[in-house]
Amino acid sequence: MTERTQKAAVLAAIWIVLLAAPSWLPAVGGYTDLGTRILVMALASMALNFLLGFTGVLSFGHAAYFGLGAYGTAMTIKYLVPSTLLGMLVGVIVGTLAAMVIGALIARLRGVYFAMVTIAFGQVFYFITFRWNDVTGGDDGLTGWQRVPIDLGFARIDLSNGDVYFYFVLLFFALATAAMALILRSPFGRTLLAIRENERRARFLGIPVERHIWLSFVVSCFFVSLAGCLNALLDNFTDPRALRWDMSGNFVIMAVLGGMRSFWGPLIGAAIFVALQDFVSSRTENWMSIIGLVFVLIVLFFPRGILGILRRRSAQ
Amino acid sequence: MSNDVIAASIRRRTLLKGAAAAGILQVSAPFIRRASAADTVKIGLCNPLTGTYAAVGKNEMIGCQLAVEQINAKGGILGKQAELLVEDSTSGDAGTAVQKARKLIERDGISFLLGNVNSALSLAMAQVAFEKNILLIVTGGHTDAVTGQSCHWNVFRICNTTQTEANAVAGPLIKSMGKKWYYITPDYAFGHTLQAGLEKACGKLGGEKVGADLTPLGTTDFSSYLIKAQAANPDIIIFLTQGDDMINALKQAVQFGLDKRVHLAGAQQELEALEGLPPEARIGNWVFEWYWNQPDVPHVAEFVDAIKKKTGRVPTARNWFGFAATWSCALAAQAAGALDSVKMAKALENMKLPPEVALMPDQPFFRAGDHQLINDLYVGNAQAQGKAEDDFFNVTEVVKGTDAAPPVEDTGCKLTWPA
Amino acid sequence: MTQLILFSVFNGLVVGAFYALMALGLSLILNLSGVINFAHGGFLAIGAYIAYSLSPYLGFWGGLVVAPFLTAVLGLIVERLLIRRLYGRDPLYSLLLTFGLAYIFEDLTRLIWGAQSVPYQVPAILTSPLSTQFFFLTGYRVFMVALVAVAVIGLFLILNRTRLGLRIRAGTRDLETVSALGVNVHVLRNLNFGLGIYLAGLAGVLAAGQLGLQPTIGTSLIMPSFVAIIVGGLGSLPGTLLGGLLIGVAQGVVTIKYPSATEAIMYVIMAVVLLVRPRGLLGEEGRLH
Repeated sequence: MTERTQKAAVLAAIWIVLLAAPSWLPAVGGYTDLGTRILVMALASMALNFLLGFTGVLSFGHAAYFGLGAYGTAMTIKYLVPSTLLGMLVGVIVGTLAAMVIGALIARLRGVYFAMVTIAFGQVFYFITFRWNDVTGGDDGLTGWQRVPIDLGFARIDLSNGDVYFYFVLLFFALATAAMALILRSPFGRTLLAIRENERRARFLGIPVERHIWLSFVVSCFFVSLAGCLNALLDNFTDPRALRWDMSGNFVIMAVLGGMRSFWGPLIGAAIFVALQDFVSSRTENWMSIIGLVFVLIVLFFPRGILGILRRRSAQ
Repeated sequence: MSNDVIAASIRRRTLLKGAAAAGILQVSAPFIRRASAADTVKIGLCNPLTGTYAAVGKNEMIGCQLAVEQINAKGGILGKQAELLVEDSTSGDAGTAVQKARKLIERDGISFLLGNVNSALSLAMAQVAFEKNILLIVTGGHTDAVTGQSCHWNVFRICNTTQTEANAVAGPLIKSMGKKWYYITPDYAFGHTLQAGLEKACGKLGGEKVGADLTPLGTTDFSSYLIKAQAANPDIIIFLTQGDDMINALKQAVQFGLDKRVHLAGAQQELEALEGLPPEARIGNWVFEWYWNQPDVPHVAEFVDAIKKKTGRVPTARNWFGFAATWSCALAAQAAGALDSVKMAKALENMKLPPEVALMPDQPFFRAGDHQLINDLYVGNAQAQGKAEDDFFNVTEVVKGTDAAPPVEDTGCKLTWPA
Repeated sequence: MTQLILFSVFNGLVVGAFYALMALGLSLILNLSGVINFAHGGFLAIGAYIAYSLSPYLGFWGGLVVAPFLTAVLGLIVERLLIRRLYGRDPLYSLLLTFGLAYIFEDLTRLIWGAQSVPYQVPAILTSPLSTQFFFLTGYRVFMVALVAVAVIGLFLILNRTRLGLRIRAGTRDLETVSALGVNVHVLRNLNFGLGIYLAGLAGVLAAGQLGLQPTIGTSLIMPSFVAIIVGGLGSLPGTLLGGLLIGVAQGVVTIKYPSATEAIMYVIMAVVLLVRPRGLLGEEGRLH
């Protein structure tokens, strides 16, 4: 098999597995909502990986933009227009705008410092949603709204059905991953790789590194806020914890677990992490230790992630 | 590197991979086992086991476990053994709570849903239970809306509304301590409604508010709020914070010597919080929703012994919430003769809890209009140490729920039943 | 009103001293080893619980002396077994590792000491206010500030007057050269980590006298410490100290008028500092890249 056909086969396999998920999930003891959650988290983690894996910049505050997307969607549907798509549009715009401003503040920073500052700025939005009770519902979260059916004129999509919503999310997942893949193949994407590999050389070549990192941050946050919108719609609910730093940590670990140098790595990471968390937390109240142990073991023994290991073995 | 070392490192790597694969298998296998569980009546509890509310959440769970043991010893529910399925809702992540509630209903096929300590999570779970036509008995989320504005035909509640607690405690506080109140209120649904309830009850009796501060959940340093409160010169500083926030606030108030200058009081107080305080900070006047030291009430002593066997400590109100909620499930099924949610909900209306479940002087009952349990409340003061171990509260007055609870018309609840 | 502001400034200093203690420990580790220790709050909780468990035998004072040392020993072990493996690798990995450790620590403390708050008693001489007019000056709070001051002075003495301190400072600037000069870098980093964790343990014991002692006691203190480091400037311990005190005082003052902005103010300060002076108040140039 040539490399190209092999890639096409893998791609086809991924999509067949995803498309058929609602029918095979119950057979292994899962449920449709779990599948939807995996897709949403995978999208968030892939978006983060756009920055982490393909630009080489570590953000530990992506939950903020995830949460802003969620609140944008929820508040639009609750207070302004009962329209799912409009809510998502607002959510994505809010998240992306915030990323543009914060990104401009921090694009000059690097490494650990960048990570720390993204955490701290992420917490700003957490506290805004936490404290601004009258509008955001504060710590209680935002209830009293739900996914609104989409009227296409000739047909009506009833999103309240869990299976229908799964395919709705899958559609956006497909569009978003396709868009990210295209961007990475474009000259802009190649430049990002060049910055990741050697920032100094890129700078000497006359590439405006700061602007590229800023743009990469904004693109990444655009897709993360899309994931946030979908997550809020999945629960018909959102609360400040969607913005907190532990959520950011989850995105990062999913990317690392799956393999942050691979495009599809975060999907695998999200599938394992979400299913594991769901499973373990139903079995033992000490699930935090087990999740923590997963973090430690991945870092010590699987730093390249699952796809990284597979790839290295196939290379040998 | 010699060949041996390389070989060893490869061996270790394959071993690790094998371990990982085994882990994945283990993850998927019990999924299947659980999906085809034995023929039991399943009761799902979705409650915090981690985070801020872990202690009270676990205490409710222990009450549920005791009730299930008793129910099964007496023949189960409609002739089948009862089974308690527990999910950790986390303390504040409603997304997780909703997800877990859906999982219990859709995959595990529970007949009853129980929970939650957190008011917000209770409301979120009520929405799911309503959508799925499952009977939900709210154990310990106090905010008024659960059996008020957001009430549903399928939702019942054991613990009191904040307005009821406010009504119970306002009279005694005004009488014995004064009319100028300063509020320190936690900034979430529970705190807001509790403060509103107290302001209403206090106003009716001629009291006034001289100031209020909203403190976020998880506040560690209360000193600036305390300084402000003291400067406003109130008769009473009313602490409405709960759990760890209550502990932090009281610890610091006592260090400031505020207890010697103004009265410290509040509405809801819990044994869990008093147990976490050093003796000198066990002060103030409060209302308890249930208290273990009731020598004259039948069956309480047995309950105290049974819980002590499980936890090593005396039962708290939270143990009783879980206990009463779980027993209510069995009683509802028994009275309805089937596991049909609508029939069971109808059967629970106006049902009185039997003495071995009630454990209080007046028999509590589920009010038909809003599905709120109407039960006794215990007004009194915290004490450093009573005669018995863990006796940190001195009950001065038992207030009847029928006197303290606002009438159904005032709750804003309108029940609509499925056709 | 002026009295109220005075109250709040002192109060802010108390809080700030506490943030500074946490942040100095974090900063030490970050500067020499490039590790952001997310588990710092977990170490703090463990220090507090150790003091609580020891107090029936050693009393408050014994716990205050012994508990931070035992916490530091735990820190030495964690560094030796886990964190050491990650030096020289992308900082991402140490971040994730300590993130996981934070989960484990919180869960283990809950498993060992229970989810419920435990009563931790401070000796009677420290619990009463020093005067009725200045009731906010309680013995314990004054003691806390004094002890933090002693700890900070001690830390700077260690760094400036001892061989270990000299090496830590040199290593912070140029680890390679220090290593080439024959200093055992492994030992240096290990001791430095222990020193940082000692400060966390000390903060834990002090916190337990003031706050409810429960497994998440450390988590609410870690963010202000991060901000203190960023505001003060990466690589500068005096900067960290200054940052901690600054945000503490700012919080105390803001609470009078706008209590809901208590947390927001420190992020506002951080944003302003990043805009005007990206390397932080006392940060060194060139640390950003």
